[in-house]
Amino acid sequence: MVTYQVRDVSPDMSFLEMLDLLNEDLTVKGEEPVAFDHDCREGICGMCGVVINGTAHGRGDSPVPTTTCQLHMRSFEDGATIDVEPWRAGPFPVIKDLAVDRSAFDRIIQAGGFISANTGAAPDAHAAPVGKLKADRAFDAATCIGCGACVAACPNSSAMLFTAAKITHLAMLPQGQPERFLRVKSMLAQHDEEGFGGCTNIGECAEVCPKQIPFDTISQLNRDLISSLFKKDGK
Amino acid sequence: MAVTGLILIAFLLVHMFGNLKMFIGPEAFNHYAEWLKGESEDGGILYPLVPKGWFIWIFRVVLLAAVVLHMYSAATLWKRALAANPSTYAAKRKLAQTYSARTMRWGGIILAGLLIFHLAQFTVHAALVAGPYGGSPYAMVIGEFGIWWMVIVYAIWMLAVCMHIRHGFWSAFATLGANTSATARAVLNGCAWAVALLLYIGFMIMPVAVLFGWIH
Repeated sequence: MVTYQVRDVSPDMSFLEMLDLLNEDLTVKGEEPVAFDHDCREGICGMCGVVINGTAHGRGDSPVPTTTCQLHMRSFEDGATIDVEPWRAGPFPVIKDLAVDRSAFDRIIQAGGFISANTGAAPDAHAAPVGKLKADRAFDAATCIGCGACVAACPNSSAMLFTAAKITHLAMLPQGQPERFLRVKSMLAQHDEEGFGGCTNIGECAEVCPKQIPFDTISQLNRDLISSLFKKDGK
Repeated sequence: MAVTGLILIAFLLVHMFGNLKMFIGPEAFNHYAEWLKGESEDGGILYPLVPKGWFIWIFRVVLLAAVVLHMYSAATLWKRALAANPSTYAAKRKLAQTYSARTMRWGGIILAGLLIFHLAQFTVHAALVAGPYGGSPYAMVIGEFGIWWMVIVYAIWMLAVCMHIRHGFWSAFATLGANTSATARAVLNGCAWAVALLLYIGFMIMPVAVLFGWIH
């Protein structure tokens, strides 16, 4: 761990802008800037993410999870020492400083987190009715941005919440049904293959998820996995 | 993990029920012990569906299998978690984890160690602290729990067991797919607390009664 002093931090700055300020300062001094991932800075892309004072994405005293880019410096006390670490998990190797390689998530999605059939243009509204509760549940799960905070917070380094979000999203919708039970097996196999740990229902993941993916999606994954044992299309 | 854990919790509930027969008296308790072993006059439990004395061994084999499979699953999960966690955080804030959830692994090892002592004491009779008891299981229990520190050892052990169950019970149902909403989670957690408390009180009330001489 290296300690840097950052001056002239405004309370309105986002955490990433504070890191920008630090890097500008380091560049001027001729030192190597601190590497960190970021992209949209609107809390919707999932690119940023560091552990701040022991919490994935950090959030000060607020009970509401957020993304690192949406965390503002007003959440910290003036002059405070802030502990910043990268996501620490075997399947997320550190590329440099605070940037980690999360392509393990891509491979989990590639293992079945999609619909194979080309369904053509958008269908007529109401052609395939989806119940309101299922639509809401699918939408809640679909908001996952794949930032990896769940893995970073999990004492088992499990990516179960991430995997379960995609399983739940597609399991609630008609398009997801044909491959539903094959999907859960393939995605879980890839999850294990990547070296993520198993879920022991501790619940740290859902506490840090900036999109508040419900913890119960993991039970949905388990349900589908158990069902897949009794389905022909589960292979 | 979940299935074997629930089998063991079901066993504990039956075990607790059997222990409470100590309050009825020596005849009831000793008859229950003989009945389980197929040594009672009516041929024992499940006789004549199974020959005399077979039930206890079938039961023990099933329990042993549940314990072994439970430990095997736990070891597998532990190994995978260690492999997935090559480095630790300098600072880590705990937001959701309970003490029971955090101590499942080491707690499990500790309570398994005490389980060996418990079996050596009351099943094999190799570690009877109060000495020979003259063939009456009732007298044996009275003798062992008449020792004050033995009751304390069991009080601590049962605390470890019931904490394990507090997380284990709800977690088993979550793994089996029953955690369907935040409400379901609260209900499962409530049930886990109820089962853990019931087992703690149900198991500890008898040794305490023996220690204070309420049953003798």
